[in-house]
Amino acid sequence: MSPETRPDFLINPEGLRLDGRRPDELRKIELECGVLKTADGSASIRQGKTYILAAVYGPRELHPRHLALNDRAYLRCVYRMATFSVPDRKRAAPSRREREISMVMGNALEPALFLEEFPKAVVDVFIQVIQADGGTRCASITAASLALADAGIPMRSLVPAVAVGKADGKLVLDLGDEEDKYGQGDIPIAIIPRTEELTLLQQDGSFTREEFLEAIQMGITGCKYIHELQKDALKRAYAKRAPEASEEEEEEDVGTEYEDDLETDLGESEYDDEEEDE
Amino acid sequence: MAGIFFQKREIVVPGQLLAEGRYRPSTGTYSDIDGKIFSALVGLAELRGNTVKVVALEGVYIPREGDLVIGTVTMVAGNNWKIDIGGPYGASLHANNALRRPYDEDISHYMDIGDVVSAEVLTFDRNSGPFLSMKGRGFRKLTDGMVLEVSPAKIPRIIGRRGSMINMIKDKIRIQTVVGQNGRIWIRASDLPTLRLAIKAFKMIEEQAHTSKLTDRIAAMLEEEKAKLKGTESVHVEKNESDTDKEDWR
Repeated sequence: MSPETRPDFLINPEGLRLDGRRPDELRKIELECGVLKTADGSASIRQGKTYILAAVYGPRELHPRHLALNDRAYLRCVYRMATFSVPDRKRAAPSRREREISMVMGNALEPALFLEEFPKAVVDVFIQVIQADGGTRCASITAASLALADAGIPMRSLVPAVAVGKADGKLVLDLGDEEDKYGQGDIPIAIIPRTEELTLLQQDGSFTREEFLEAIQMGITGCKYIHELQKDALKRAYAKRAPEASEEEEEEDVGTEYEDDLETDLGESEYDDEEEDE
Repeated sequence: MAGIFFQKREIVVPGQLLAEGRYRPSTGTYSDIDGKIFSALVGLAELRGNTVKVVALEGVYIPREGDLVIGTVTMVAGNNWKIDIGGPYGASLHANNALRRPYDEDISHYMDIGDVVSAEVLTFDRNSGPFLSMKGRGFRKLTDGMVLEVSPAKIPRIIGRRGSMINMIKDKIRIQTVVGQNGRIWIRASDLPTLRLAIKAFKMIEEQAHTSKLTDRIAAMLEEEKAKLKGTESVHVEKNESDTDKEDWR
């Protein structure tokens, strides 16, 4: 492996970045749902050269028991990088950085989940970075929230995440590895798109107040785009599992065991739902 | 801005706006302070009256009182059996709720580790339980046959509207089944090919649970396979056991 050298510039005279992107352009993102058979829910993300797998198990019985929370499920996130995911072999022992990312991921995802529906149980989220090319913590959150939805965990919303950084003194969206290493700063953010609540906000490097506010705005715009991709990936996964979902309906109802009829007299429905199936 | 923002039986994703105005949120949804209703799950959105709900496509088994479940005894503790019913919560069954008194002090004579039972969820709340009961409705230890596991989210579809699907399958291939809400199905068939056919039918329902006209397709598949079976080995299923006492899913 030849030692990496610092590129002469991160933004070229035409205003484009190393990989030819404009400053506010995301890398190509491919999301896929249901990639792992044994997991209750799973997702993969390719973002530029970054490739990450997310697996969700649960809600299930929590061991060891003393970690159980009486009012909600415990969200256990584990972020790991494969030894071969970076040019210099990553040591297999869990690093301080992995611990940190596991924690911030959990904190970023938890506000979106209805964990209080499963007291004493655990929801396990496992993240494996197969190939790292910058932005793994944000990509992990994006993929993990997709895997959680795939597992059928009730949630307020999917959580998209993206980093905004500063390269050659200019704000850039979705940092690549070199921009991360040789740039002047990095602000990863994750949001709940509808309310624009930030669930993850970290920073390294220094930003002026104006830069910071602009960075947040850029991040939110980027997250909203990623959110669309997430919704799309989820719908795609389930549409695929329904090859002949016909436009024709009128069939026996899926949820027979719900006694909805009790509620028809509670308030008049102004919506005329076509032929309420009997 | 009041209205409904989804098609009937549309696949919705978490956070998707479903309705606004005078609608009531039900399972699989949540509402904010302005009365907007959003989906909390990936699933099929439905409107019943003015109640909006999302039927989940995935998910673990969360016990509800009155559910029929099939479980495996994992431990005998004094006069309780600990029973695995799938999902995050282990259940317990007290001997008083299963045996007629007087019963032997060592209740492992009646049921021991590894035994499979059908039972009812007696109580379950956030603080305690679930507790099971085997009183009434033909709950019993299941001694023969097999247990098939499917996703608990698909059980309503396997039962069908008022039992339409499961009754159709029973009629067509003459099997005995107990369908537990926890995603376990006990099957007893007269011969192996019939058993395989039953498994195939249940797996097919599980895979295609969110498609329409499923009962008809399953019926067609069963007829076809049955004809094939007859053709190959002309096995005649003579037994026509009455299984009315077994069909109990409330």
